[in-house]
Amino acid sequence: MSVKTHQYEVVIVGAGGAGLMAALYASQKASTAVISKLYPTRSHTGAAQGGISAALGNIEEDRPEWHTYDTVKGSDYLGDQDAIEFMCFKAPELVYELEHMGLPFDRTPEGRILQRPFGGHTNNETGKPVRRACHAADRTGHMILQTLYQQCIKNDVTFFDEFQVLDLIMVNGKAAGVVAIELATGDLHVFHAKAVIMATGGWGRVWEITSNAYAYTGDGAAIVLRKGLPLEDMEFFQFHPTGIYKLGILITEGVRGEGGVLINDKGERFMEKYAPHVKDLASRDVVSRAMYIEMKEGRGINGQRYLYLDVRPETVNKYAKIDGRTNPDGTPYQVTAEEILHKLPDIIDFCKTYLGVDPVKEPMPVQPTAHYAMGGIPTNVKTEVLADEKGTVVPGLYAAGENACVSVHGANRLGTNSLLDLVVFGKEAGVHAAEYATGAAFEPLPGDAADFARSQLDAILNSKGNERVADIAAEMKHEMMDKVGVFRTEEGMQEALNKIRELKERFQHIHIDDRGKTFNTDLLTAWEIGNLLDIAEVTAASALARKESRGAHSRDDYPKRDDQNWLKHTLAWRRDGEIELRYKPVVLTKYEPKERVY
Amino acid sequence: MQVTLKILRYNPEKDAQPHYERYTLDAEPTDRILDVLEKIKAHEDGTLTFRRSCAHGICGSCAMRINGRNRLACKTLLQTLDTSKEITVEPILGLPRVKDLVVDMTTFFDNYKKVMPYFVNDEPLPEDGRERLQSPEERERFDDTTKCILCGACTTACPTFWADNSYVGPSAIVNAHRFIFDSRDRAAAERLKILAGESGVFRCRTAFNCTEACPREIDITKAIAEVKRAIITGRLD
Repeated sequence: MSVKTHQYEVVIVGAGGAGLMAALYASQKASTAVISKLYPTRSHTGAAQGGISAALGNIEEDRPEWHTYDTVKGSDYLGDQDAIEFMCFKAPELVYELEHMGLPFDRTPEGRILQRPFGGHTNNETGKPVRRACHAADRTGHMILQTLYQQCIKNDVTFFDEFQVLDLIMVNGKAAGVVAIELATGDLHVFHAKAVIMATGGWGRVWEITSNAYAYTGDGAAIVLRKGLPLEDMEFFQFHPTGIYKLGILITEGVRGEGGVLINDKGERFMEKYAPHVKDLASRDVVSRAMYIEMKEGRGINGQRYLYLDVRPETVNKYAKIDGRTNPDGTPYQVTAEEILHKLPDIIDFCKTYLGVDPVKEPMPVQPTAHYAMGGIPTNVKTEVLADEKGTVVPGLYAAGENACVSVHGANRLGTNSLLDLVVFGKEAGVHAAEYATGAAFEPLPGDAADFARSQLDAILNSKGNERVADIAAEMKHEMMDKVGVFRTEEGMQEALNKIRELKERFQHIHIDDRGKTFNTDLLTAWEIGNLLDIAEVTAASALARKESRGAHSRDDYPKRDDQNWLKHTLAWRRDGEIELRYKPVVLTKYEPKERVY
Repeated sequence: MQVTLKILRYNPEKDAQPHYERYTLDAEPTDRILDVLEKIKAHEDGTLTFRRSCAHGICGSCAMRINGRNRLACKTLLQTLDTSKEITVEPILGLPRVKDLVVDMTTFFDNYKKVMPYFVNDEPLPEDGRERLQSPEERERFDDTTKCILCGACTTACPTFWADNSYVGPSAIVNAHRFIFDSRDRAAAERLKILAGESGVFRCRTAFNCTEACPREIDITKAIAEVKRAIITGRLD
């Protein structure tokens, strides 16, 4: 294989919200290239629906302090409070910046950005849900992705589309570039850089039922792990309460924000038992657990593994009246079918397409779906990647967006905070990486820079076994869904860990059909499944060790949060085939951990 | 049930010409064409090559010709097709073949970039640093064309584009429309000038293929007509 070499001061891996935001800022100060395995507009940011949070107070009183506290509480006190405060206080500025870039937010009658309620976001004085999620119908992520890509075109940002990054080049302990394969030709390319920003998104494809794209295979996290660097808080993976039954396709929390409710087989609005104050708008971990309990106790619809999400106007209006929900002007909150159609057009389209169900006439069958990685590549607030529990910075290496763990989401992310995370920390990454690059020299490239990338591909191409990659992937997904999902036990997690290790061994004996150079997705899919196996192993090992229940990590055998022993972040390394775990303290500033009630 | 897909295959490293291959397998009526392609790739023939990512009609990766019509494989359920007959799956037309169902999208994105598909307003920002105001009615004016996911289904269904790749095509016009009719934008005149040129809207022959092909149900022909009218009248109402 021939190798082509390129040189840019800053190289950004991934072209979703974080990568594009980083590109807009880095390219102002330094020569910059964005490398993406997809065309940028195919990135998974585009699938985000409900909104981006910021305490603008456009509809009712709101404050960044409340947003901060809600996020700390939502994180089950595992989020670093300095980082959370930074993000929530930056939120209004960043949302206005997106608007100034042309993002078509929905509008209030006064012409301001329209906001809706979302799970866990409250008025801290009344405890009632607050309208904090800025939205463009139910396609807010699509609008953010399109707007950022449009601005990148306007600003002549350099893209390498459909280039799969396979390896990070490290020289003298510093990031010095990446190695990528060009899908169209199969050629390897070395990108020599002073600074590298990892923005490759999440890894929901570890689980059987997921809202995540096929592309969400944890590439950036797996690459970093292979360089001997740790991953943080990998046991915390969010299951979104409302995925379309069996398909896992996301149904935005905005449905409940607009007044939709979850209903069990007995016709009960069961969330009032689990979260008496905010009910269906509790945090996602709380709602997903409640749904599992309902199903376990036989109240799934027809005894099956799903419940109903009901946004029919008559249902919305009935419960809005019971809850005493009002409009901003104090009149009772009531909706019509037409209004629901206008506010949630895409999810209505999904339900009609995939289920033949019209949500304004029938309830939607839903089940929790693997959705979001709270953990990832450890960084500080400047998005610099950290090498250990002492906070040692890896020079030249940055991470932002879902593949990073700052940590602003802790043990459970609040809805709408992911899009906020992307733009806030994407911008920080672009600014800091460019600043670093302008003051640094290129490290000399090693002669064998592409060798490790090539050896990974060769191992797959030359593998002589008869295992099908798809079979291994299916077994991993099933095992992780069953045993490292919403509820976990010691025994189950140990079995999952053993199983993942067995699958990793079997992965050494795969057979792929395509040995060509042109657009070899057989090869790259196999490489991606290898990433997922590494991520699954770290996830199961990190989860097994944490003997408490916190946020998305919920154990039958340790049902309580244990701040005495476990108010700390996990760091996991892979060394000599084993997972090594260490811990670091959570940054606490203003908020003492207390019991979490919704 | 059993279903047979007749797929146009092409591997530039081996084939002088594209050819059809047939795959018969078990499937559910609710399976998407994408699910069937995934099953074939996973269990029968790993060399089958196609793009996909989100699998629910948002990312725009999997536009292809299914029974002669441009669709997203992830939004086309078997139960909406006649499965008693073979289902034909081919790459979208009018762009160079790369391999099997993958085509080279470079021309498509180059055409998109020609129409200034980005927000332009160099006037001072509001002094309080907050949003530019826009009424719900002004926002509604261009809502339909904000839905575009750049899948290429419309442009590669257009006979004019098939005949001449320099025509910017319906997708680029949709994305120009999104800004031309945005009350906050200030570059409508420049875009209209581009679209009044020889690669622009007047190449459209109103075949309606684009509107029929759009998986986002954008009324593309209407958007093109509005752009034409704006050029002719010089007005944006």
